[in-house]
Amino acid sequence: MISFDDLLPLLPLLIVSLTVVITMIVIGIRRSFILSGTLTILGLLLAAVVAMVMLPWTDQQVTPLLVIDQYSLLFTVITCVASMFIAVFSFPYFFKLDDDKEEFYLLIGLATVGAIVMVSSNHFVSTVLGLETLSMSLYGMIAYPLHSKHSANYPLEASVKYLILSAGASCFILFGMALIYAQTGTLSFTSLAALDPEFRLSEGYTVVALLLVSTGMAFKLSLAPFHLWTPDVYEGSPLPATAYLATVGKMAMAVLLLRFLASTEALSFGAIPTVFSLIAITSIITGNLLALLQENLKRILAYSSIAHMGYLLIAVVASYANDGGISVEAISFYLVAYVVMSLGAFAILSVVSSSENEIDQVADYQGLFWRSPWLATMLISMLLSLAGIPLTVGFIGKFYIFFAGVESSLWVLLAALVIGSGIGLYYYLRIVYIIIQPLKTHNKTNFPVAGIESVSSYFVIALLFIMLILLGVYPSPLVSLIESASSFI
Amino acid sequence: MILLSLISVLFVGGLIAWASESVDANYPKVVALIAIIIELAIVVLLLLQDAGDGGWVASIDAPWIPRFGISFYLAADGLSVLMIALTAFLGLIAVGSAWAEITERTGFFYFNLLWTLAGVIGVFTALDLFLFFFFWEVMLIPMYLIIAIWGHENKSYAAMKFFIFTQVSGMLMLIAIVMMAYLHFVEFGQLSFNYQDLLSVSVANPLQFWIMLGFFIGFATKLPSVPFHAWLPDAHSQAPTAGSVILAGVLLKTGAYGLIRFAIPLFPEASAQFAPFAMGLAAFSILYCAKVAFAQSDIKRLIAYTSVSHMGFVTLGIYAWNEQALQGAIMTMLAHGLSAAALFMLAGGLQHRIHTRNMNEMGGFWVHAPRMAVVTMFFSIAALGMPGLGNFVGEFLALLGAFQANTYATVASAFGLILASVYSLWVIQKVFQGGFSDSRFEVSKLRDLDRREMCYFALMMFGLIWMGLYPQPFLNLAEPVLASLLASTQSATMAATLTTGAGL
Repeated sequence: MISFDDLLPLLPLLIVSLTVVITMIVIGIRRSFILSGTLTILGLLLAAVVAMVMLPWTDQQVTPLLVIDQYSLLFTVITCVASMFIAVFSFPYFFKLDDDKEEFYLLIGLATVGAIVMVSSNHFVSTVLGLETLSMSLYGMIAYPLHSKHSANYPLEASVKYLILSAGASCFILFGMALIYAQTGTLSFTSLAALDPEFRLSEGYTVVALLLVSTGMAFKLSLAPFHLWTPDVYEGSPLPATAYLATVGKMAMAVLLLRFLASTEALSFGAIPTVFSLIAITSIITGNLLALLQENLKRILAYSSIAHMGYLLIAVVASYANDGGISVEAISFYLVAYVVMSLGAFAILSVVSSSENEIDQVADYQGLFWRSPWLATMLISMLLSLAGIPLTVGFIGKFYIFFAGVESSLWVLLAALVIGSGIGLYYYLRIVYIIIQPLKTHNKTNFPVAGIESVSSYFVIALLFIMLILLGVYPSPLVSLIESASSFI
Repeated sequence: MILLSLISVLFVGGLIAWASESVDANYPKVVALIAIIIELAIVVLLLLQDAGDGGWVASIDAPWIPRFGISFYLAADGLSVLMIALTAFLGLIAVGSAWAEITERTGFFYFNLLWTLAGVIGVFTALDLFLFFFFWEVMLIPMYLIIAIWGHENKSYAAMKFFIFTQVSGMLMLIAIVMMAYLHFVEFGQLSFNYQDLLSVSVANPLQFWIMLGFFIGFATKLPSVPFHAWLPDAHSQAPTAGSVILAGVLLKTGAYGLIRFAIPLFPEASAQFAPFAMGLAAFSILYCAKVAFAQSDIKRLIAYTSVSHMGFVTLGIYAWNEQALQGAIMTMLAHGLSAAALFMLAGGLQHRIHTRNMNEMGGFWVHAPRMAVVTMFFSIAALGMPGLGNFVGEFLALLGAFQANTYATVASAFGLILASVYSLWVIQKVFQGGFSDSRFEVSKLRDLDRREMCYFALMMFGLIWMGLYPQPFLNLAEPVLASLLASTQSATMAATLTTGAGL
């Protein structure tokens, strides 16, 4: 029986769920894009504020399924805020869609419910529930502009691709869970290393089980060599869906992976850190190399996200090599940094695009700096942050990863990081270079003129830009917040 | 506080310059000039201050990211002050050289120029290694933009190369910095990026060598020294004149400054081991780049290679690590800052007038532009090390000091002086002497130097003559710093020899 004491910590989750229900009813009564959008945004904002208030004093296991502690609340806040931002800039994006567009907000709300469950999960059942809620909503979000006549992309192809491959990945995770359950007899995350050898199957089973779960999770994080879906899905999806998948989706998965690895002590099995190191190196090198050849910004961001998840994995490996070190904080900070900078990049892309006309070719951005200096400055900052240049939050994130790597003496991984970042500079700078080149006079650029509906998006972009610089110049508050939250892992 | 104002004047000035463009396209350069003049005034104030405890003229220390023991720690001693003075002075010259040349998007240009200078001043004053790295990288982005926006025909390639070289080598340095902080944690139980704290960290030798190498690669790329020099000729030949002035005059000196301030004092033993190799590399840089310079037909590339060659004397002097050699290295940094900047301005001026850098198309300019010819002659002679001018003092002292440390490398390097005369006079012959051919351009385009240009060339000549005839004020400023650096490293190496001796 769930008591009131249990419901209180669940408040953010309940608020978001309630928002979804209310929005659905309101849509049933009266179709209004702006109304359903406002409801969703307010609901997410409320959930974020409530989670923020609860943060300092909540540490509770609610039912065996969910753990609500500082760490999960921190990421609940970030999830809600990020979803809210995406909800804001999906408004101008879908403004001209000649189809019913209210339900997109339902999907954002539902996906957020899934993401909150994932970041709070320490049980296999909640893992699967959260993961599938998130993925199911994403299938819908990706295929959303399906009936639009003008949509030149391939949302259906992207959605089906994601559906099939994601379902395959879920199967891997489920099979791995079943094998773990066969040994532990419980579905909650428990230490596999501490199991009594008498009761457990041979170590081979454990390693295989862990590998299966890790494979599934690596797929969701689009780590090489499980990354093949990423560029196509990124390119085919409408921009807000891409943004959601790239930021909230990956962040929730990374938090879940971290908690899973920490609780099960999976990295103490000799083969597992090696596998993760290999995946990290492959991701960094593959992601950065393949990004070099792209002309489409969404594809570049897709490949760069592969590389970024590879950098993140360095800290994951470090968490094994140096227990109690800085690695958990490094992962957390890097996730926050990653969410801020990629969300910023996607927000800018979507504010110049619309569902009918996506501006995602690098060449389209030539001369942006001279036509729209503020927007271009912000885009350049986001790109430089992704490249890890100081004054931006991306640099502090990379510094954390360097620190975690040095602390655990992971020299090979650090070398991969240096090489990968070096290659990465090239494609980020190429975009920056194109942005600052003079306008092509003969090329009448087809940027839509932003209407009044975009005002709130510009506000969100400005907010993200301020966060990017502020956290890059004075990160202390976030650093200490993450330091205290990370002790719960 | 005075140090903070040094940096913030430039940061704020840059922002105002950018904003002022919307009022009038001529305002940014005036704003930039005013900012630089204020900067120079602050530098004069700094020069008047008495050295406090431990030789630090001014300092500021505030916690920044306590989790990592990172603080906002700026301090300046004689060495920093010399470098800051050079930066501010060349900032003035750079604004002057851009005055007529930059006509498009002026606001953003001066913004970048001032922010680069601010980053450089930050590098010269930061004593927290994280902060130092922060500024080290901050100065790159505006420099990248200067090359990429206002550069010449192949700017994309040059800007990219410049950025990737310095950034990747910078990351190696970042790893080394983080390792130092971590070793401080292992030894003293807390993280610190403070320079003074890190000086007391004792590192076992194989590890010390690797960390030192991280720093060395970071600094040697900026310096640049062969084999990390490939970015420089491209960056210089493509950058606008003011960009070249800042690059050659100031940015290269940050590498040398880093070696003196960080690489050697933090790792005295490993550096002592490494010194013969570094000095050999320096000698090779001097001779090889002088030879390569001689083969260039692009006048800016030629000067760029001579820069690498001259900076070889700096490396040589630094790794000799005795007082004369270090004084020589510092004097060379200052004098080369002026002479190379002046030569780049002359080359840039030529390009601005006749739209080519190819020396094969030039010749006989002396008749049409006599003032320019004389000025070029003066700076070429300065660069080749004529006694009485600053470069001679620097290179002579560097060689004198280095001779005590490593005879072979020094003897080899001394031949660089001969090669320097060859390529310097070669430029004069190619460009100003010989027959004039006007098939490529009209004579009227070949205007002589105007009053504004003569004005800042005169300033630079004055500087070089002062350094050449009466270098004592400069030497006096650097002397206490060098004495304490030498003392600290000697005691460290002594202690190391004692412990190894005891081990045997």
